[in-house]
Amino acid sequence: MKLTLRIWRQKGPADRGGMVAYDVPDASADMSFLELLDVLNERLTESGEEPVAFDHDCREGICGACSLVIDGVPHGPQKATTTCQLHLRHFRDGQTIDVEPWRAAAFPVVKDLVVDRSGLDRIIEAGGYVTAPTGSAPEAHATPIAKADADAAFEAATCIGCGACVAACPNGSAMLFTAAKATHLGLLPQGRVEQDTRVEAMIHAHDEADFGGCTNTGECTAVCPKGIPLGVIGRFNGDVLGALWRGR
Amino acid sequence: MDPHTEYTENTESAESAGRTGYARYTVGAEIADHAAPAGDLAGRWEQRRLAARLVNPANRRRLPVIVVGTGLAGASAAATLAELGHPVTSFCYQDSPRRAHSIAAQGGINAAKNYRGDGDSVARLFKDTIKGGDFRARESNVHRLAEVSTQIIDQCVAQGVPFARDYGGLLDTRSFGGAQVSRTFYARGQTGQQLLLGAYQAMSRQVAAGNVTVHARTEMLDLVVVDGRARGVVVRDLVTGEVTTHLAEAVVLATGGYGNAYFLSTNAMGCNASAVWRAHRRGALFANPCFTQIHPTCIPVSGEHQSKLTLMSESLRNDGRVWVPTTGGDTRAPGNIPAAERDYFLERMYPAFGNLVPRDIASRAAKRVCDEGRGVGPGGLGVYLDFADAIERLGAPAVEEKYGNLFAMYERITGEDPYTVPMRIYPAVHYTMGGLWVDYDLQSTIPGLFVIGEANFSDHGANRLGASALMQGLADGYFVLPTTLTHYLAAGPFAPVDADDPELVATQAGVQDRVKRLLTIDGDLSADHFHRELGLLMWEKCGMERDAAGLREALARIPELRAQFWSRLRVPGTGAGLNQSLEKAGRVADFLELAELMCLDALHREESCGGHFRAEHQSPGGEAARDDEAFAYVAAWEYTDGPPILHRERLTFDNVTLATRNYA
Amino acid sequence: MATLTRAPASAGRRRQGASHRSTVVMKIAMAISGAVLLAYLTAHMLGNLKIFFGESSFDHYAHWLRTIGEPLVPHEGTLWIIRAALTASVVVHMAMAILLTRRARRARPVKYAHRPPVQGSYAARTMRWGGVIIALFVVYHLLDLTVGVANPVGASGKPYTNVTADFEHWYITAIYTVAVVAVGFHLRHGVWSMTRTLGRQRPGTERLIARISTGYAVLMTVGFLSVPFAVTVGIVG
Repeated sequence: MKLTLRIWRQKGPADRGGMVAYDVPDASADMSFLELLDVLNERLTESGEEPVAFDHDCREGICGACSLVIDGVPHGPQKATTTCQLHLRHFRDGQTIDVEPWRAAAFPVVKDLVVDRSGLDRIIEAGGYVTAPTGSAPEAHATPIAKADADAAFEAATCIGCGACVAACPNGSAMLFTAAKATHLGLLPQGRVEQDTRVEAMIHAHDEADFGGCTNTGECTAVCPKGIPLGVIGRFNGDVLGALWRGR
Repeated sequence: MDPHTEYTENTESAESAGRTGYARYTVGAEIADHAAPAGDLAGRWEQRRLAARLVNPANRRRLPVIVVGTGLAGASAAATLAELGHPVTSFCYQDSPRRAHSIAAQGGINAAKNYRGDGDSVARLFKDTIKGGDFRARESNVHRLAEVSTQIIDQCVAQGVPFARDYGGLLDTRSFGGAQVSRTFYARGQTGQQLLLGAYQAMSRQVAAGNVTVHARTEMLDLVVVDGRARGVVVRDLVTGEVTTHLAEAVVLATGGYGNAYFLSTNAMGCNASAVWRAHRRGALFANPCFTQIHPTCIPVSGEHQSKLTLMSESLRNDGRVWVPTTGGDTRAPGNIPAAERDYFLERMYPAFGNLVPRDIASRAAKRVCDEGRGVGPGGLGVYLDFADAIERLGAPAVEEKYGNLFAMYERITGEDPYTVPMRIYPAVHYTMGGLWVDYDLQSTIPGLFVIGEANFSDHGANRLGASALMQGLADGYFVLPTTLTHYLAAGPFAPVDADDPELVATQAGVQDRVKRLLTIDGDLSADHFHRELGLLMWEKCGMERDAAGLREALARIPELRAQFWSRLRVPGTGAGLNQSLEKAGRVADFLELAELMCLDALHREESCGGHFRAEHQSPGGEAARDDEAFAYVAAWEYTDGPPILHRERLTFDNVTLATRNYA
Repeated sequence: MATLTRAPASAGRRRQGASHRSTVVMKIAMAISGAVLLAYLTAHMLGNLKIFFGESSFDHYAHWLRTIGEPLVPHEGTLWIIRAALTASVVVHMAMAILLTRRARRARPVKYAHRPPVQGSYAARTMRWGGVIIALFVVYHLLDLTVGVANPVGASGKPYTNVTADFEHWYITAIYTVAVVAVGFHLRHGVWSMTRTLGRQRPGTERLIARISTGYAVLMTVGFLSVPFAVTVGIVG
């Protein structure tokens, strides 16, 4: 199949950047979207042009590195699918596809489609952990955890930290990411103990990193490749309220 | 090292291998692991811990450590060393430590908890691992791994890792990859992700505390060895292009395996062997490079554009049945092939274990039926993994509960619905058991250079059991290294390294020169082009089944490819800034050297064991024929400018009886 | 050139900030002030329906509003308390909206070239412009039916006369319709968002709350619009 890609090219953080069109006449429906870029890049390289820079690593939908906004939608048109697992059979022959980087002040463009997402790491560093130094931890069976809580914690914990939620949010908020981690840890007895200080520190780090405020628009969960439910944000709000109430 | 003796059996093709290649080697002195205490196997780790020197808490601040890689091993080591009080500098090529490829491990993590009362114990996990590794691993290391396994689960639960639980709120386990006990803990199909996030979070806590400094998007390009000790690394900041040197009292490599030498593998695109290969060139011995694991349940190649292969968790074999049509060239849809014309070949060949035989056996059996022309799907490189019986027996909802995410992933990639059409699977390169040689303390042959996780060779012998990689990575990082590295650091701080130290300056200059060279060849072919060609060659000649003729061919071809690489490579752009072509070129350059050693090791090991199957060495039934008399040793290779030097570490088995693996 | 970094020999602890000025707290303030306005609007809509019981019933109701709580509070005392609470809520609501909007603008300095399609809810995407329309309308509405200067009649103490005078003109009905529809959308997302922000979250209740929000918004819209349309088509007046 033949596809036309209009790709955001930007030499570096200081460059203004702009969309550049490329034809790929020999795409196959069985290719993944990133393999399409591979084909384009190999061609660009061998003709002496600089290939398109984009983030990718595991290519099996779990590392969270790939980060393309495809026709205005982070990770493209297929629900619950990362860019690396999006295959061309979901596009029409002859289609023109716009490819842009994640757009957010907290995610400055490094080059082309590559952005700096270290703001997400700052949020985890602030409180996205359980204070449990390595050593003689309590026997794993000492604390039973209700299956419902364990399952809900797991569901929140499946977040891959790709940042699609930020890219989709009209406010540029990372609340789905932040709340998913706080929900995962807060639902487990091991993590509940420090939930008050955790949510306060995490929201502070979130705001410091220039992410916008959440207004519950739900755009995040609609594009989340792991389908993290919006409910985690509600729970997070409740936890912040509780922490304020208890005056921590 | 002792003077090298010429090894004569394999010298004939030296000339055809080209100017810089080698198909011969010399034999150096035997080596041994002197770090493991003697005596009762079960007491060795206890003894080692007691004998290990400690560092006064106040002094730990003065003993900084570098950790390269942030997977399970690297992140857990960085977190734990920082908790102890050592300033840790951590490096990863990904944009965040959380993306290291441990994250993609699906199935689970083994631990000898015996929660099910099904006869599991430390001793049994030890025996299973030794046997699974086809008696090519060191007893003392493996026993320690089994001992520590139970602590890992406790530690991870304390960190909030959301393992699967049953309705009573206790941890659930399953049987995995040929084990007859249920000792695999899991978090749906994302165990690696959950364990890695746990380790990443523990490390993040130390980042906030100021004890760990993370350099993401930074790649190690060389090891700094001064006065015989590993003292630092030369790295390139992938964003700015700046080449810098970081110094410390010790260096830990946790950089994963080298499966990407095959181009197509289940590894992440960025996984590479540069760190271990550079360390090897600086003097660290490389052990058993030919021991690679082929995973039987991967999604088959769909076309030339294929950039990587996707693993489907081995747990699928618990309920899926593997089959091909009884006759070749059967193009009917799988549903139209009657039961009588299906060959459930694993159940036929291995009635006791059926579809649950170890990975290497399942992989080879699939290759064999495909070689007979009975493979299915495009190119005939695939076998069916059928869930029809399981769906009938358990119901579709129960199957979905167990494998829903894997089925969805399969459908996303292939466009086929595994609830109605059998999956197609084919083996793919998955894991490398070989790696830098380390002693019981996980220290390489360069003092101060410690190697953990998949990057070392130590625990899996010639074949790794399912759900054991996660166990080893975390055992090394959380529990083993902190003890043994502390012992090493207790002798420090070592003499400060001057900025104009000649060894340091030479290393830095070497890195700069190499980057410059890659950028200025100005040929006409991309690094990917060479990588793909190397990968295909390796898969054909040094893959699931190897023979001397094929390996000799590869040993002749690789130097040619390497020469071509250095004359026809094109890397667009400059070194000043993000340049993914340059990163790739550097990694491929190292694979082009490592691949040769892999083939040489495979050629010299005239036996079949675990993941190393030599066509010439098989039983009449087509099973691997081990030669314990001649090859019960670790092959540790020393780098030279010419042919490498083989150092043997003899393996002795005092606690298990050497037996032929038999899964029939 | 190569630079040399020695691993740090000591390190400091990073500070952790307080969250009382965080975006989540802004959102909570938004939800609480919204809840006050919501309660008022509901009462307002129900009171409006008195018009269907005739002129005296409606005017009496308007008069009663001024006498609530007498003699404990002075004449119009309760009304002024309500007005004060409403003003405070409106100020907080708008201030938070402005702060969050400015933050959102800063958070995405470069727009997408390919305009993103709405994936979540349309009502959510129109909160800001809807809010501006509603604010302008409230000013007009106060001048029209509270102060009376913008009313065709503007008779003091005769709300029935003023209301019916308004909606005999189709364009005034049109203005009210646009505004009430904007309010409807605002309420749809507002109610839903408020429960997200303040409510206890239980899994599986999302769809139910979304339905309740929509139902409530539709009810309010229909209730508010029934009066102008009843007048325009001649059922009332």
